[in-house]
Amino acid sequence: MSILVIAEHDNAQLGAATRNAVAAAVAIGSDVHVLVAGSGARAVADQAAQAASVSKVLLADGPALAEGLAENLAAQVLAVAGGYSHILFASTASGKNVAPRVAAKLDVAQISDIVAVESADTFVRPIYAGNALATVQSADATKVITVRATAFDPVAATGGSAAVETIDAVSDSGKSQFVGRELAKSDRPDLTAATVVVSGGRGLGSAENFKILDPLADKLGAALGASRAAVDAGYAPNDWQVGQTGKIVAPQLYVAVGISGAIQHLAGMKDSKVIVAINKDAEAPIFGVADYGLVADLFQAVPELVQAL
Amino acid sequence: MKVLVPVKRVVDYNVKVRVKSDHTGVDIANVKMSMNPFDEIAVEEATRLKEKGAAAEIVAVSCGVAQCQETLRTAMAIGADRGILVQTDAELQPLAVAKLLKALVDKEQPGLVILGKQAIDDDANQTGQMLAALLDWPQATNASKVEVQGDRVQVTREVDGGLETLSLALPAVVTTDLRLNEPRYVTLPNIMKAKKKPLETVAPDALGVDVAPRLKTLKVSEPPSRSAGVIVPDVATLVDKLKNEAKVV
Repeated sequence: MSILVIAEHDNAQLGAATRNAVAAAVAIGSDVHVLVAGSGARAVADQAAQAASVSKVLLADGPALAEGLAENLAAQVLAVAGGYSHILFASTASGKNVAPRVAAKLDVAQISDIVAVESADTFVRPIYAGNALATVQSADATKVITVRATAFDPVAATGGSAAVETIDAVSDSGKSQFVGRELAKSDRPDLTAATVVVSGGRGLGSAENFKILDPLADKLGAALGASRAAVDAGYAPNDWQVGQTGKIVAPQLYVAVGISGAIQHLAGMKDSKVIVAINKDAEAPIFGVADYGLVADLFQAVPELVQAL
Repeated sequence: MKVLVPVKRVVDYNVKVRVKSDHTGVDIANVKMSMNPFDEIAVEEATRLKEKGAAAEIVAVSCGVAQCQETLRTAMAIGADRGILVQTDAELQPLAVAKLLKALVDKEQPGLVILGKQAIDDDANQTGQMLAALLDWPQATNASKVEVQGDRVQVTREVDGGLETLSLALPAVVTTDLRLNEPRYVTLPNIMKAKKKPLETVAPDALGVDVAPRLKTLKVSEPPSRSAGVIVPDVATLVDKLKNEAKVV
């Protein structure tokens, strides 16, 4: 049986996490198809067709799919689900939104946020904020899965030459309407894809003080992140949140500034290659996972670091 | 409008769980249990909707062991009017919980179901969406703002890169994110009052739901641990290490 990966996209660009999900699909089996459900999304289908290891791309193009509404997107996936043994989504806001709807309609369990494939029916997933790893086996006919992108190296963006097959797009459910979207415009790399992440915590003290991290992020070409405590306190926007209930990141370099290191935060960044922690509290738990710790006042150390880099 | 708020009893946010030595699960004996924090936000939001006059009655529901009564009492101390416990000692996975909740929705006919986006024990992030699918209702997950407007609800959602606003026809399912509200402190008089509120107990069988788990947990293990590195004396040493030892800048 074939495996279906649902493409993550904005109708123009194929989201990077799709290629991580394809990599997980390859670990399960060989015939990997990608569904691009969108509106005016031909370019996305063409990009998916070029991704390595993809043998076929299904393009469902229609107005009901323009904004990724869960009701319509789930219906589109269900329209083709019958031909697949596994249906994979990237563990993104969109994937997490839609996958359980598909699973419930198929009357199967969903396996959330897998970090390893043991076999075609057995997967590893973190529980309790990553403090434990559960190996679970599914007996369901269709396995509906979300894939933690940082756990699978993406397949190459080019090198493939899959055929694009156009399929009928679903019509609108009429139950939900898209009203608007406010996306933060930033020249910085995407948090989940960045090779360097600079994150701030409650130690920054205010939204104003958070700006001290800008020059450091500029210098390192880094994305900015934040602990839940900093988001809670209103110092940083929610989509910067790194942790159990925010984003999971695994950059080459993670710089934690003024972050104490609650387990919920560590859950989101402990797979980073190199971790640097700057905190004035020598007892802070973040030092327990940091490769390099600097016990210092961040308001002195951060500008100094910018100078020295 | 009636609002149904499902709440889950989970290991407290501040507890660091330990994997059992036989790898069958995590040790939750004698560990502090609390209401899932996102569900607490859901109860608070329902209570605010009632205070604004948008909701008439709040029904809290919990599925699980007898001690979930405590979780329901907490929900009632925040503002729920009554509680329903679907009592079972069986392991409940998200699909089974969604089916139990659907059976209760069919019976109670709420206009809105509001619950946490994810439980902090299994981290599944599934139940709300599954319930919406089983009911054929619209959904808005990860809500940071909820406004009931006549027969619709407008929800601002936390998505990757920012915010998205949807308008859903009621009845609908909404799941809560962190910034939706800050739950109130539960006061002693409200805890006392909550003890007198009605709490009904039903069995999964009585709702006609098969709760047998679909996923078999083969083992639960410790994640690879990361050991502490070195403490550097100053910024210059840090930069030197990053450049010459780690080679990441």
